[in-house]
Amino acid sequence: MLQSPVVISVSFCYLALLFAVAYWGDKRADQGRSVIANPTIYALSMAVYCTTWTYYGSVGRAAVSGVGFLPIYLGPTLVMALGGFLILKMIRTAKANRITSIADFIASRYGKSQLLGGLVTIIAVIGIVPYIALQLKAVSGSYDLIVGYPALIAPKEGGQPVFADTTFYIALILAAFTILFGTRHLDATERHEGMVAAIALESVVKLAAFGAVGLFVTYGLYGGIGDIFQRAMAEPQLAKLTAVAAENRNYATWFSLTFLAGLAILFLPRQFQVTVVENVSEAHLKRAIWLFPLYLLLINLFVLPIALGGLMQFAGQGIDADTFVLTLPMSAQQEVLALFVFVGGLSAATGMVIVETIALSTMVCNDLVMPLLLRTKALALQRERDLSGLLLAIRRGAIVVILLLGYLYFRLAGDAYALVGIGLISFSAVAQFAPAMIGGMYWRGGTRDGALAGLLAGFAVWTYTLLLPSFAKSGWLPASFLAEGPFGFEMLKPQHLFGLTGLDEISHCLFWSFGANITTYIVVSLLRSPTAAEASQATQFVDALKTTRPVGSALWRGSADPAELIALVGRFLGPQRAEDAFATYARRRGVADVKRLEADADLVHHAESLLTGAIGSASARAMVASVAKEEPLSLPEVMNILDEASQLRTYSRELERKSRELEAATSELKAANDRLLEVDRLKDDFMASVSHELRTPLTSIRAFSEILRDDPRTALPERERFLGIIVSETERLTRLVNQILDMAKIESGNVEWRVEDVDLKAVVEQSAAATSQLFHDKGVTLTLDLPPAVAAVRADRDRLMQVVINLLSNAVKFAPAQAGRVVVSLAQVPDGLSVTVADNGPGIRREDQEVIFERFRQGGDSLTGKPTGTGLGLPISRKIVEYFGGRLWVESEPGVGAAFIFVLPLENSRNGTPQ
Amino acid sequence: MSKKILIADDEQNIVISVEFLMKREGYAVSVAADGDEALAKIRAEKPDLVLLDVMMPKKNGFEVCQDVRSDPALAGVRILMLTARGRDTEVAKGMALGADGYMTKPFSTRDLVEKVRELLG
Amino acid sequence: MQRSSLSGQRLVLIFMLGSFLFNYPLLSLFDRARTLFDAPLVFVYLFAVWAALIALMAWVVERPERPERGGN
Repeated sequence: MLQSPVVISVSFCYLALLFAVAYWGDKRADQGRSVIANPTIYALSMAVYCTTWTYYGSVGRAAVSGVGFLPIYLGPTLVMALGGFLILKMIRTAKANRITSIADFIASRYGKSQLLGGLVTIIAVIGIVPYIALQLKAVSGSYDLIVGYPALIAPKEGGQPVFADTTFYIALILAAFTILFGTRHLDATERHEGMVAAIALESVVKLAAFGAVGLFVTYGLYGGIGDIFQRAMAEPQLAKLTAVAAENRNYATWFSLTFLAGLAILFLPRQFQVTVVENVSEAHLKRAIWLFPLYLLLINLFVLPIALGGLMQFAGQGIDADTFVLTLPMSAQQEVLALFVFVGGLSAATGMVIVETIALSTMVCNDLVMPLLLRTKALALQRERDLSGLLLAIRRGAIVVILLLGYLYFRLAGDAYALVGIGLISFSAVAQFAPAMIGGMYWRGGTRDGALAGLLAGFAVWTYTLLLPSFAKSGWLPASFLAEGPFGFEMLKPQHLFGLTGLDEISHCLFWSFGANITTYIVVSLLRSPTAAEASQATQFVDALKTTRPVGSALWRGSADPAELIALVGRFLGPQRAEDAFATYARRRGVADVKRLEADADLVHHAESLLTGAIGSASARAMVASVAKEEPLSLPEVMNILDEASQLRTYSRELERKSRELEAATSELKAANDRLLEVDRLKDDFMASVSHELRTPLTSIRAFSEILRDDPRTALPERERFLGIIVSETERLTRLVNQILDMAKIESGNVEWRVEDVDLKAVVEQSAAATSQLFHDKGVTLTLDLPPAVAAVRADRDRLMQVVINLLSNAVKFAPAQAGRVVVSLAQVPDGLSVTVADNGPGIRREDQEVIFERFRQGGDSLTGKPTGTGLGLPISRKIVEYFGGRLWVESEPGVGAAFIFVLPLENSRNGTPQ
Repeated sequence: MSKKILIADDEQNIVISVEFLMKREGYAVSVAADGDEALAKIRAEKPDLVLLDVMMPKKNGFEVCQDVRSDPALAGVRILMLTARGRDTEVAKGMALGADGYMTKPFSTRDLVEKVRELLG
Repeated sequence: MQRSSLSGQRLVLIFMLGSFLFNYPLLSLFDRARTLFDAPLVFVYLFAVWAALIALMAWVVERPERPERGGN
């Protein structure tokens, strides 16, 4: 079933499916129901990082260097941990400035420089073309292999004319497909929802296919991972593949690859496209931070087992390790699996090619071709009415050209390198963007000249140490160039620059190119201070996470005609889209008619940002300048405006602070009011309680008095009993009135306290004597546990006696008759003298232990019924103790007893008057 | 057959006086000292009238009144609330909960006897 | 705000931890001709650390936001 018609039709069906998904995604996006507004799809689309280089090449690299393929995935994992800062800042900056490519990002940061945008585009194209060639090579290689089934080695290609070369057609098909995906229409934000949906699907397919072949090799051909490793380690040739330091791939290489891959995940054009440009919501980044690394881990899990399995399976057969993923199932006659693997490889290749060429074509169009066209044929262009068609044509042309360049590279150099080798050349090229990008985001001092010089230096060194040697290896340059240096200058040997040895070619290139790049960037930047345009852009980029509103429009001064602006935007976006965009803008500004829009800086800025999406920041600025009369701002003026902006931020922070303070004050007032209401309610409650306590004895007194009055014939014993009740209730009433007055006096501070040295021991003894009758009557034993002598406290002796007597009478009240025991102890404690009155009564429930100190809230509700007493004794006692700086509390375990304890400080006796 | 009256109050001396008054009027009297006991005795004895104190332990008079009124089996029980907290809101609350009468302590014994007669008449 | 900067700092810590664990000299300690669970030690080590880092990152970013005390 692996004949070419089958393979070709399956491939086209798969591409059709992808296109259907993309079409559906775009439709949904137009309806405003985005399918990619989902963090998982966002993370999966980032997996466009895994190309055929991963899919086929990792196994090839593992077959040579063991775990040496891993840094390519460890680096991105580590960088994703920084995604919360770094990627977030890139996303926010790009959105605020309508940036649609990495070239635009750098150009925009350094004062919207056309020159810089163009240079970045050129570096990106030159750096990425080999990478695209690699995808073409992988697809055509795997196609040749699979249709050659059951042979496991594809016939040697080359020599046949271009039109007979399958790779050529693959390149054309991919170009057509990319044009369909990416440039069906022009969008100001340059987002491609359908494409992202398709890419996410492709990520799932390639992971599933690779997982399938991994499981097949590991568990179908061998007895599991352990089995493969054991067999491999039995062979000395293979055993060393399991070490990092194998094959002279030392730790320096390991580090450089990790570092390079970490930069690549940020600065590869396709990664910038899916991570930054296609980002729907910043919140999606959260899941991508861990889900994307997880994807990388999963797709790499079986790489080493497959490599070792292939090496053992095909020992001595001369089969390229880059093809193991495909040849292993083929050699086991697993035709369906082989076809699935082929489709997975196709996924990996098409995903990369589509996103990468779309990203590159945007850059080529906005940062290379448009600026040139606008410059050279400015007049002719100005007359052209609608340029949106031209823009699309340029992008489509760029896609075709880039793919054909890829094909050309494949034809000329494809055989010189394994897949991994080509990929690393591209990684090293895009890594040159790092100083200008990261410096631009975190350092205000970087200038356009610095970025230009740094990029040029880094790119030159990269060309010399990596690209030219690759040409030499392909035979385009004499081999002596590598071996002896150019014109025999030993010191300039491209892979051992200035005699540096001991590094592999990638680390060597990284060291020199980065050294040159960073040094030049910083030194040249520091040669002069930033211009007005650079300073204003630097502020927007560096403060991207601080500002909430772009200050862009504040940095423009001049006059413009709105109609001209709309016409200008219409030329690039199409008249209809432009009118829609300005109508939306007018509504947002609260203006009913587009024609009545004020030609202020904000409108000009809006027009410019619309154009930026379509033709890049540098060209947009140039175009706007052609219709609007801008009065140039000097650097001091720009600095003033930026200062004002930051002052404005300070003011608004100040305002926020003030309003928070106001809120706090309001809530304090409310709390105070609540407290007053609570006090009021408590007072009300208190009055009701007093009324209740007074009315209760009065009820008995009145009832019995009336009984006696109305019925003079009441029997004598009853008469005496009733009179007794009247007397005792009268006493209760008296006591109550006295205590209420006492309480009121204490609370209002009208008590005359007699403060003297008081011997607490004597107070306890006298209180015990005063209440002894109560104890005797109820048969409760009273034990005094007193030290021989204690220091004096300063207090009111009679008041303290009132407290102790109150505690003692409470204790006897609750102690069981006959079996009751009450212990009074006096002791010296760290904070003074403590008196404890402990009984063996029913105790007090935890929730009641504070309540009993409130007025009229007696304990014992549930246990003993209503206790006799006023419900004021304990509150008064506590007031008294607290007056003398002490504390009164209860400790109790229900069912065991209660201990009332008060502590009076001894300091009082030294410090004089208490508070 | 004499009418049955339940006196529910936690103040011993008030119970004694009211008990004396009611017995003198010829009613059969039983006594409860808290809300739970009152409710249990109402269910067990089905008294014709309950003299119900509001401030009682365990279950206050309002709750007892509410429980009685929500029990169809006790539909014939009349309730006279007695309270020392004489605020208007409390009177209104008692009446709303289905009490048949309300007296504020201290009360005149004659008024009480008259009110009881009226409720049982 | 305070919380997000806290998890940001945690992520930076994970980055530093990972850079440390994945490189010389620590890596060389595991780069030995030994096996663990029938697989080469360095293979098991790399994947285990990798998985642990991912789990940590997921834990840091995905924990449900707790309302801050006295929050803004």
